[in-house]
Amino acid sequence: MIVKLDRRQFATGAGALALGFGTTALAQDAAVAPQPPPPLWQQEVDKILKGAKPVPGKILLDIPEIAENGNTVPFTVSVENPMTEANYVQTLHVIAAGNPQPGIAIFRFTPDSGRAAVSSRMRLARTQDVIVIAALSSGSFVLAKRPVKVTIGGCGG
Amino acid sequence: MQKPRVKLPEQAKVGEIIEIKTLISHVMETGQRKDQEGKTVPRMIINSFTAKYAGKEVFSAELQPGISANPYLAFYLRVPGPGEFEFTWIDDSGDKSVERLKLNVVA
Repeated sequence: MIVKLDRRQFATGAGALALGFGTTALAQDAAVAPQPPPPLWQQEVDKILKGAKPVPGKILLDIPEIAENGNTVPFTVSVENPMTEANYVQTLHVIAAGNPQPGIAIFRFTPDSGRAAVSSRMRLARTQDVIVIAALSSGSFVLAKRPVKVTIGGCGG
Repeated sequence: MQKPRVKLPEQAKVGEIIEIKTLISHVMETGQRKDQEGKTVPRMIINSFTAKYAGKEVFSAELQPGISANPYLAFYLRVPGPGEFEFTWIDDSGDKSVERLKLNVVA
């Protein structure tokens, strides 16, 4: 994405930047440096896991290693699971760690699904990791992560 | 919304796991993009998809802005018996598209 700045915008921007440095210096003087908030994707992941630790499990994320067009990247996620009333995949979260809005989709299955698998197409703004988290009916989570190289970003800008 | 396209197997047996493929035309505007005047184009996406079979919800999806334009979704169903599908897509404006299709269940 290319951001065009005119001279005035640049001047105010530079001013704000200088101001920013000023406050940082002040904060450090107070010896309590403010913690930067975790990245958006981390917040999303934390919201899903709520402190739980993902257990090892078979979850397959089929996505191109190199995506030529970030506007439409096909993917398939499948979780090895019997899909019975007693043990099934309830939800599947798909997150793109490097997108301005990391959420891709939340899929909800039922024992009637027969197979915990779904295919769709996602937008990827740049080269990044794609994360999938399966929430099982037992209350545990399974997580998988795959890097995807993006040649042309699907940022739309 | 435009009429969606749904592909079901021509026939299925009870207990068989079948794949359902769906496609619908939609801009899926993310709310991040700027127009030529630099104004943000407001978000307008299909945010919800639901698949019911024989009146029971079997699969659903909460779509977020990271889903590509003209959303494609493929998923599975273990056929519990004869019945009809009801697929519903809803976008941010509340606009709805409903498609009903009977599954040809054979003995």
